[in-house]
Amino acid sequence: MATIVAVVASTHHPFYYRASTSTGADRPPFADEWTRKILAFRETLTRANPDVLVMVGSDHFHQLWLDNMPQFLVGKAPFYDANWYNEEREFGLPRMTLKGHEDLSSHILRNGLDEGFDLAFSNELRIDHSITCPIITLRPEADLPIVPIYTNIFAPPLPQPSRFVQLGSALRKIIEQWPSHLRVAVIGTGHLSLELGGPRQFGPHGPDPAFDEKAVGWIANGDLDGCLREVTLDSLHSPGNATHGFMDFMLMMGVAGAGVKADHVDTLDLFHTMEAYFTWYPSGVPGISGRLS
Amino acid sequence: MSKYLLNKFLFTVDRDPELVERYREAPRELVTWWEATMANSLLNCHDGEDSTWLAFTDDERDALIARDHVRLFAMGAHPFLALTLFIAVFERDNTEPLEYQKAYGAALSGYTLPYPDIAT
Repeated sequence: MATIVAVVASTHHPFYYRASTSTGADRPPFADEWTRKILAFRETLTRANPDVLVMVGSDHFHQLWLDNMPQFLVGKAPFYDANWYNEEREFGLPRMTLKGHEDLSSHILRNGLDEGFDLAFSNELRIDHSITCPIITLRPEADLPIVPIYTNIFAPPLPQPSRFVQLGSALRKIIEQWPSHLRVAVIGTGHLSLELGGPRQFGPHGPDPAFDEKAVGWIANGDLDGCLREVTLDSLHSPGNATHGFMDFMLMMGVAGAGVKADHVDTLDLFHTMEAYFTWYPSGVPGISGRLS
Repeated sequence: MSKYLLNKFLFTVDRDPELVERYREAPRELVTWWEATMANSLLNCHDGEDSTWLAFTDDERDALIARDHVRLFAMGAHPFLALTLFIAVFERDNTEPLEYQKAYGAALSGYTLPYPDIAT
């Protein structure tokens, strides 16, 4: 059976690419510290030596639209072109093409449906920065095949937070039952407190630092009980009008497992939002436990 | 009121470089043209399958022509779509980083929770 060698969760700040590649007067003062943190975060994936990446993100109204909106969608295609004109325009993101892993996509779709998740699918999916940002930060070679999974955190009505957790738990089980010798990393990106298009946007910090501190604690400690006790679809409006993206972190907590502390935790307080980076090693810490070579 | 149609305008214009430029240069012409030709277009279908019932109210049309993001926010247009398109139209006039983005938020400072409902 396949092995999950790393579970990785992070924010996806679309300005990282531009900040980290800019030089001279264009380079923002926080770029060096940000890059250092990202390189340390990248190492947590590199050392796990994955063969295939399951990538959880959320389409930002690029290909998925209100005339036909899936709640959870799995890509099943041999290739995924990536990034869109408005992401090049606003963030300077490069066009990319990533390989797909259709066999794992099929396995997740079949078994997800059988586990009670009525997953939508796409055979021609252009992915956006919710998935390419972690490629840029964690695997800039963009050389591993992926299975993209999109969640709806943008267009109400949304699934309940508990449903995101349940899907994460199901993905863990489904991937571990995949008849393959390959090493799988599950990577998901979301948001802490975030405001987009509202009065609290683009402040010196995220819109709700108290929520961010609490949320980082929930994730780092695998505290699903505490998280689910406080987080509801209604409560997520309070930290910022785009904070429903936190439910993708909850999905990743479901993958990592209740009560499981992250092996790598880091944050960076930036303008507009707090960045946060987490890695778990479900099969043992590479090079330390001896369970993985 | 049609939040869906407002969002459809923001969505389709934002993803098309030519339409973004037309919205910047001549908003009344672009909005009028869009309502006449695209409002009822069923995306990914030929025009023989167009919808028959979508139209802006006068207030919606005026807010789009005025590029008034505060009125669009009040109407429940999706704030992510509005922000993205309006940054495309106006950010190039910035004289310092994030000038437009900060002004955009400040113009909405009269709003407290709960914000207008964005469900469509």
